[in-house]
Amino acid sequence: MMRTDNIPVWKDYGYAPRKSKAPGETLETLIVGGGPIGLALALDLGRKGRDVVVINALPFIARGSKAICFSKRSLEIYDRLGVGGRLLKKGVVWEKGKVFWKGGAEPIYEFDLLPIKDQKFPAFINIQQYYVEEYLIDEIARYPNIDIRWRHEAVAVTPRGDGVLVEIETPDERYWIETRYLLACDGAKSPVRTMLGLDFEGRVFEDNFLIADVKFRDERPTERWFHFDPPWPGASSLVHKQPDGVWRLDFQLGWNIDKKEAVKPQNVDPFVRGLLGPDVEFEYEWLSVYTFQCRRLARFVHDRVIFAGDAAHLVSPFGARGCNGGMQDVDNLAWKLDRVLNGASPPALLESYNSEAITVADVNIMHSTRSTDFMTPKSGMASIFRDAVLELARAHDFARPFVNSGRLSQAAPYANSPLSTPDADGFAAGPEPGAPLIDAPLGDGWLLEKFGETFKILAFGGGAAPEIAGIDVVAVPAGAAVARGRYGAEDGAAYLVRPDQHVAARWKRPNAEAVNAALARAQGLEIRR
Amino acid sequence: MSLILTRNAPAADDIYEAIIRMHDGLSDEESARANARLILILANHIGDASTIKEATTLARSAGAR
Repeated sequence: MMRTDNIPVWKDYGYAPRKSKAPGETLETLIVGGGPIGLALALDLGRKGRDVVVINALPFIARGSKAICFSKRSLEIYDRLGVGGRLLKKGVVWEKGKVFWKGGAEPIYEFDLLPIKDQKFPAFINIQQYYVEEYLIDEIARYPNIDIRWRHEAVAVTPRGDGVLVEIETPDERYWIETRYLLACDGAKSPVRTMLGLDFEGRVFEDNFLIADVKFRDERPTERWFHFDPPWPGASSLVHKQPDGVWRLDFQLGWNIDKKEAVKPQNVDPFVRGLLGPDVEFEYEWLSVYTFQCRRLARFVHDRVIFAGDAAHLVSPFGARGCNGGMQDVDNLAWKLDRVLNGASPPALLESYNSEAITVADVNIMHSTRSTDFMTPKSGMASIFRDAVLELARAHDFARPFVNSGRLSQAAPYANSPLSTPDADGFAAGPEPGAPLIDAPLGDGWLLEKFGETFKILAFGGGAAPEIAGIDVVAVPAGAAVARGRYGAEDGAAYLVRPDQHVAARWKRPNAEAVNAALARAQGLEIRR
Repeated sequence: MSLILTRNAPAADDIYEAIIRMHDGLSDEESARANARLILILANHIGDASTIKEATTLARSAGAR
């Protein structure tokens, strides 16, 4: 079994023996991996009434330093799952980033990650991943149909025609599960991926980064500060505030280093002292060195084994596209699997998870790769260009958009999705088919709160949308000017919205035939004539 | 916008001279840095990614001949 010594514990749940004493069990859905992706997927499916078992090789939530930046879109998904408010309350809200060069007091570049204000959630919160996991587990406890099995480890995975046979080891037994679907959310080193012998293609970057999570008292703005060529050691560094007075400091070390030496406090001190100044008292919460990769599986759906999160795709951390990218997988997959298990849609609907999630992963990999190439130039000439951008940016506004210290995660639209119906009408604004809804104030609450779980129609002007059996209509009154503007909508316009709050189709003057056809397409059904 | 590959610079000698003059008195390293800045300044002036990609392809292949 996986060793658990040397892993710091945030919250210990303890080994969970099985209720059944039979040598094996037959399930509908088995989730391997109890991280933020596996837990969110379990919750999303459980809320829809599905029976779900989650196995987690560890008997606890680990304390280590993992994801910290959670995007507006992830918060919107967590809100749909019932934990958005709790995360927002605990998290450190931030919306602005600043980039500094050579220790200059004035930033050479600034960005605002929430240019469109008046939305329920901010651009980002910072919060330690273990809080996210804990809140998800607390919420899952309300669902008796979700069973988290701590210290159960998948040790063999055998695909069968209409399911998957999984052998599982615990501290006191070995048993099997025959499941219709296996959802592999078992992280960057995914044992399921390894057991199936699947390729994981992409690039490894030759650079090492030091993470120092430190506690100190200081009044600093809650902004993302990135330093190129700082006067303290390291080629770059990044500062993020987290809850509980913890700060994430990230230093770029270069390729040829001794990793064991690099994390010794006496060797980290000069970095931290340089960044914080000589007089700030601090203590270490966590020290580690990481390298990173940008790679993904060629396919995320392998018959009845479906990959999500880091198990399917890896990115560099600059851009916060790892966990946030994984949350978009959850959002995309849960409603589709639910419909397939219900028999409401054919299994082919899951193929659209494969294509849509790969579209998103490729966008995330592209941005992460570009950021990394800027930070760690691969040649002398690439270094010269990087420095030229930074030099020009100091004095000239036009050069600032070339500065790349990370392009931060935004929800990626499902471009060219087989589920989308392309626009026939011209819209001056608003999310195109495949894109997520944009939030806006609506009545006493928010537009996004009205969507999720089922297909719905967003109708402007009230009463204009045709009635479709089984489809709720969310009417935006004429007075809701902000929403109307954001959707480029005049009276009579309507958007067809998927259960994951992405747009399937939109019309200026919808009719029942067009809406029905778009709905069938978005549900992966043959268009009925 | 696509890359202009017909004669477009009537004052060709003036342009060439300006580029060479930019390098007067510079070391090879300083020249390389000035070239990089010049390319970025012109890239912003052009502003169209597909035109610049076309130019990079041409520049690389022309040098390889």
